[in-house]
Amino acid sequence: MTKFIVILLSAVFINNYVLSRFLGICPFLGVSKKLDSATGMSLAVIFVMLMATAATYPIQKFLLDPNGLGYLQTIVFILVIAALVQLVEIVLKRYIPSLHKSLGVYLPLITTNCAVLGVTILNIDEGYSFAEAMVNSLGSGLGFFLAMVMFSGVRSTIEGSDIPESFKGLPVTLTAAAITSLSFLGFSGVIENLFPM
Amino acid sequence: MNKTAQNFVKGIIKENPVLVLVLGTCPTLATSTSVINALGMGAAATVVLLCSNIVISALRKVIPDKVRIPCYIVLIAGFVTMVQMLVKAFAPDLDKALGIYLPLIVVNCIILGRAEMFANKNNVFDSAIDALGMGVGFTLALFCMATIREVFGNGTFAGIEIPVLIDNHVSILTMAPGGFFVFGLLIAAVNKFGKYKPKKKDFGCEGCPQADSCGKTSCEKDEKEAAVSD
Repeated sequence: MTKFIVILLSAVFINNYVLSRFLGICPFLGVSKKLDSATGMSLAVIFVMLMATAATYPIQKFLLDPNGLGYLQTIVFILVIAALVQLVEIVLKRYIPSLHKSLGVYLPLITTNCAVLGVTILNIDEGYSFAEAMVNSLGSGLGFFLAMVMFSGVRSTIEGSDIPESFKGLPVTLTAAAITSLSFLGFSGVIENLFPM
Repeated sequence: MNKTAQNFVKGIIKENPVLVLVLGTCPTLATSTSVINALGMGAAATVVLLCSNIVISALRKVIPDKVRIPCYIVLIAGFVTMVQMLVKAFAPDLDKALGIYLPLIVVNCIILGRAEMFANKNNVFDSAIDALGMGVGFTLALFCMATIREVFGNGTFAGIEIPVLIDNHVSILTMAPGGFFVFGLLIAAVNKFGKYKPKKKDFGCEGCPQADSCGKTSCEKDEKEAAVSD
């Protein structure tokens, strides 16, 4: 049990996908202007990350590895994720229209989100079991959610302030991201001290 | 300047993929901790970009318009796998240093973006030149960032120690916050010294590989609509 908690917490705080691993920067900078779109996007990411791990993990373990096709990982994973996102969109539209309405806009954008492909590949590389992989995906998704929501708060404050001409737009956003990321550095070492192994 | 030279040069300066178009931010931030890694990443991405641009442009009349994005992704993933295997075989150290970011070239917006914006409208030669220009632009931007981060953050340049800086390095620059900060500074410098006005929007649809499937004309509108539908 402790192992799961350690994986979850370190995925959320220490190895935060956006702020320390630099995965999923595009949506992080692109859709974090408003709180509600940031929430929608990150909920969609959590959802797709879990689905993608559930789909790619068995494929790697039962299809690619036994047949010596491990080198096809990248191609297979990106195709599975792309197909999955389409499928999820169709199913949601048909059966849960309310959820589709709130997540729908963001779903197509997720296919090329490197955080999703990243988490599926990392799960395999780290040698996690299926349960651990799912927990890691959940943690990564939650970490993305946390970073997005925090950062949309930071950004709404920047919007109204007086910024030097050449810093307007992306540079000031990146500088703010640097400070947000700095705050996450404070978490390093927390897990080791909480759960000495 | 003739057209070929223009195609090449625009990727390096006027339409630099990283500093002006702001594509491919993830590998830029992640692999610019050291000069060697940055050059390796730049070279790997350039090779993939060159191959995919050539093949996509050669097949542009064969690939049906409706399924072109999946086709491009499969082609790009194929080339990425090849590069990955080559790097693993001939530069195992680089493979270890780049780690997850090597397979993630697949989802690098620069490659899909160039396929969509350039290769499917132009002939093979122009596309190859465009890919080379963009690749060099990407590598150059990575190199600049990595130089700043390695020299001031680690006190070394490509592994060679620099006398005074080695004892006075600011190690935060090689960590995650430093990546964001240096990237922000570089873009600000481009805004200041280039004659390019800072863009109001961070991302235009032109550079967005999903512009097609998303069906919106601007991402601003996207957010507004999302806000309304909520």
